[in-house]
Amino acid sequence: MRKVITYTLLIVFSLLFIAPLFWAVTTALKSPQELYLFPPKWIPSEWKFSNFAEAWNIQPFNLFLKNTVTVTALSTLGQLISCTLVAYGFARFQFKGRDFLFLIVLATMMIPWEVTMIPQYMEFNYLGWINTLKPLIVPSWFGSAYYIFLLRQFILTLPRELDEAATIDGASKLTVLFRIIVPLMGPSLILVGVFQVMSCWNDYLGPLIFLNDQTKYTLTLGLSQFKGMYGVDMQSIMAITCLISIPPLAIFFFAQRYIVGGIATTGIKG
Amino acid sequence: MAQTYLQNTREQTAALKLLRKRRWGGAAPYLFIFPWIFGFVVFTLGPLLFSLIISFFDWPIVGKVTFIGIDNYVEMFTDDPMFWKSLSVTLKFAVLFVPLNIVLALALAMLLNQKVRGSAIFRTAFYLPSVISGVALAMIWSWVYSGEYGILNYFLSLFGIQGPDWLNDTKWSLVAMVIASLWGQGSMMLIFLAGLKGIPKDLYESASIDGAGKIRQFFSVTIPMITPTILFNLITSIIAAFQQLTLALLLTGGGPMKSTYFYAMYMYENAFKYYKMGYSAANAWFMFLIVLVLTFLVFKSSEAWVFYEGEMKKNPQKKLKARKGGQTG
Repeated sequence: MRKVITYTLLIVFSLLFIAPLFWAVTTALKSPQELYLFPPKWIPSEWKFSNFAEAWNIQPFNLFLKNTVTVTALSTLGQLISCTLVAYGFARFQFKGRDFLFLIVLATMMIPWEVTMIPQYMEFNYLGWINTLKPLIVPSWFGSAYYIFLLRQFILTLPRELDEAATIDGASKLTVLFRIIVPLMGPSLILVGVFQVMSCWNDYLGPLIFLNDQTKYTLTLGLSQFKGMYGVDMQSIMAITCLISIPPLAIFFFAQRYIVGGIATTGIKG
Repeated sequence: MAQTYLQNTREQTAALKLLRKRRWGGAAPYLFIFPWIFGFVVFTLGPLLFSLIISFFDWPIVGKVTFIGIDNYVEMFTDDPMFWKSLSVTLKFAVLFVPLNIVLALALAMLLNQKVRGSAIFRTAFYLPSVISGVALAMIWSWVYSGEYGILNYFLSLFGIQGPDWLNDTKWSLVAMVIASLWGQGSMMLIFLAGLKGIPKDLYESASIDGAGKIRQFFSVTIPMITPTILFNLITSIIAAFQQLTLALLLTGGGPMKSTYFYAMYMYENAFKYYKMGYSAANAWFMFLIVLVLTFLVFKSSEAWVFYEGEMKKNPQKKLKARKGGQTG
């Protein structure tokens, strides 16, 4: 009996969570005539795959895609390199002020983004970086507290004897990092990469604040422009919504194991 | 490498000692953490201090900058109805969203924690909406909420309920925001799930030997054991409530009649619509203060209700097993 209740609840909740997504997909495939009907049609009578191409051409989405890929790739590369270096520094050395500095790393996770948003805007404005992709890329090359924390925790689990053996053989600290530590960090680096790709791909507020010109827009910003744009039908909005959601969904399916494990660790250690 | 390693144990011990010493001192560690130090100063500490400074100035984006002391703060409290409006909207949202979010996430996690087939599929279903962009989420919900053609009102009509025009009805717009936000909070569920999997099974066993039923076990074992996770999720939910901006901008634009005019949106508009940088910085600092005070109060109160089990630390093997289960299950 308990099993029945559990399954029923699981199925009902799953349907509630999936229904809006399903609704978005079928809307994207509908013809305009079937769009505004009540009661609504769940399954379109004719599947219009051409909606995707049409929607894609309403705005220069190819350009937005290029911008998004550029920002995502460069910022992820930056995070992986910088956070690895910093995490190694915190995990494998003893130095004056280390624990205090690490406490600050953790404390920065608590600072609301809104507090630093305005000065950052002014800073980038002063540098002439507003309306370029730089504000979305450059800060990633200086590490991010959460990823540093994750990677440090991981390095701490690796036996020190490995480093020591290599150092006795005359390897420098940098060699130890890249020859010994990094090859063992696979899963945690994948996790950081996946998190960064997703958050960067999905980011809206960063592009909204730092970019003005349509040629610089990212995909999310392009999609948001549909809001209030005259003569854009719901099937086009949903078509773009679906298209730009494919990469994060695909990554989630492939990296699910890492993501679920990674989020779990945050909660336990946080 | 292995040959050298085995050559001479005494030499090796001496070398190791030297190494341990060398872990101290030198510039090397600072070079490794330099990227973070630089980024912290330039992108966090600097802006943090600068925003505090400009909050005491009349600072338009172009034009003359004037020092005005605490006038921005005075204006906020005494002469700006939008400040109070947005604050009350945000608090109302938080009061609805935070408890619902925690109850929903915990309930889903507990369902997933049962021994059921295909729990990975259900977990994916619950987490899927959290993967997509906030913009996509807002677009989907603005269509779901459509008064005339939306799927939600269709769903309600099946039960004979005439649904409101969610996003254009001042009575329902904030509720609509809460529901849409709840939809995208899968990571909290995963954190609870990990917490539940970390509860040692023998606690339940001894509880049931002592005659505790399922409900009693929930209140006497599950809840106490999961309080640290509840604390963590409570704080993250409060912070999330105060930072809610994307949905407000895209779903309602703060309307109707400012019923979804969140504090973050108020701040955003002061900065990037009216270009009152100093004033907006004052708003931001006030928000920071509220969040800090709330976090502090929650932490303070947690001494009374959060239960830390020392046993877990003494028994690392069990914890490890539980964690492994958490990753594959």
